[in-house]
Amino acid sequence: MGDMRYEAAGTLEAAVALLAGAKGTVRILAGGTDLLIQMRSGRVDPELLVDVKGIPEMTSIVVENGAYRFGAAVSSMVLMEHEGFAKAWPGVTEAAGLIGSTQIKGRATVGGNLCNASPAADSVPAMIAAGAIASIVGPEGRREARVEDIATGPGKTSLAKGEIVASFLLPKRPPRSGDAYLRFIPRTEMDIAVVGAGINLTLDAAGVCSHARVSIGAVAERALLVQEAAAALIGSKVDEDALKRMAAAVSAACRPIDDKRGTKEYRIKVAGVMARRAAQIALDRARGTN
Amino acid sequence: MGKVHVTTTLNGNAVEFLCETRQTLLQILRDELHLTGTKEGCATGDCGACSVTVDGRLMCSCLILGAEVQGKSIQTIEGMAEGEKLHPLQRKFLEHAALQCGICTPGVLVAAKSLLERNPDPTETEVRYWLAGNLCRCTGYNKIIEAVLDAAAEMRGS
Repeated sequence: MGDMRYEAAGTLEAAVALLAGAKGTVRILAGGTDLLIQMRSGRVDPELLVDVKGIPEMTSIVVENGAYRFGAAVSSMVLMEHEGFAKAWPGVTEAAGLIGSTQIKGRATVGGNLCNASPAADSVPAMIAAGAIASIVGPEGRREARVEDIATGPGKTSLAKGEIVASFLLPKRPPRSGDAYLRFIPRTEMDIAVVGAGINLTLDAAGVCSHARVSIGAVAERALLVQEAAAALIGSKVDEDALKRMAAAVSAACRPIDDKRGTKEYRIKVAGVMARRAAQIALDRARGTN
Repeated sequence: MGKVHVTTTLNGNAVEFLCETRQTLLQILRDELHLTGTKEGCATGDCGACSVTVDGRLMCSCLILGAEVQGKSIQTIEGMAEGEKLHPLQRKFLEHAALQCGICTPGVLVAAKSLLERNPDPTETEVRYWLAGNLCRCTGYNKIIEAVLDAAAEMRGS
């Protein structure tokens, strides 16, 4: 282990300059719930840590023209305690609430969950389903990217050197909208998803689904947006037949690995089941019956 | 490499220390400040034995760097009793025999206090979920849950 420099950045510009200027391995420190463990086990030996929790955009939750923007370094607990956000996005809130214990949620962040790039990250399918857009700041300035385009595989992202995911913008909610996230784990709490499914949908005045996004986690090298599954819901009343076709599209999109948490065959089947159950919850929420 | 100079508030008192950038808050508390009430169990954020609050928020001190707590307010188990007067949670843990080996106890108490500050009247389910990150290999948890619920009732004056 070499010497490691710790810098607490007060602005995005300062953080980007530190990251872009470093020669060796650098890491952004937000909640540290993945990073400190990787450092202790020797998987990563950074020359520089840049603590981003002093950057206002990264730690605040604001409403912009009726849409929520929250900082990538907002902790799960802070997000869950925000009543307006939890009401607008119950599925995203549920997903953030499934990340570890109370202690872990006090530190862990949605930005960290995304950029750590675990295929089983709980908040990521919910954010993809929500249509969240990441605002990324780097040496070339600011750019936007959809959340589904950030992680590219286990531990890997599309971010360039010096880039930081600063905040997330979730679109304004039309009336009759609902979202939900469900994961399968073999116990009741504190586990890593075997399968995760996030659904976000909007109904028109006649109860027909006018917009839907379906995302699944832990069944591929990264969380997937499944457009065929959303297409099965759009134009339907989210009835039995539409849910069946949606579940089939989800299972068809899975390309999981076999591991100690589940076999390929099991994950493919359960992904359809979880997506279907999550869709039912999202539907009840959109109808205002939940 | 120079050490980082940190000033912080610990159990209400101003404290300053020098730390290596890799040192965790847990290492600072135990090895530098000699406050050994906070325990190291797993050192990976799974067991909750090292629970403290930072600016009122429950966290694992093994997953926080010492350098990160500049200007923060930290509460540990040492700040729970007022002199000889035990906190109701501590008293109820003794009454209910909610501890055996005691390694998890400081973390459980800090976590339970944090729960009751937010929710003075939790259900048994809420207590169990809040404390899900505090592992105990001795008690089987029931006595811990009973003690927390009893302390909550006493603190509400019912």
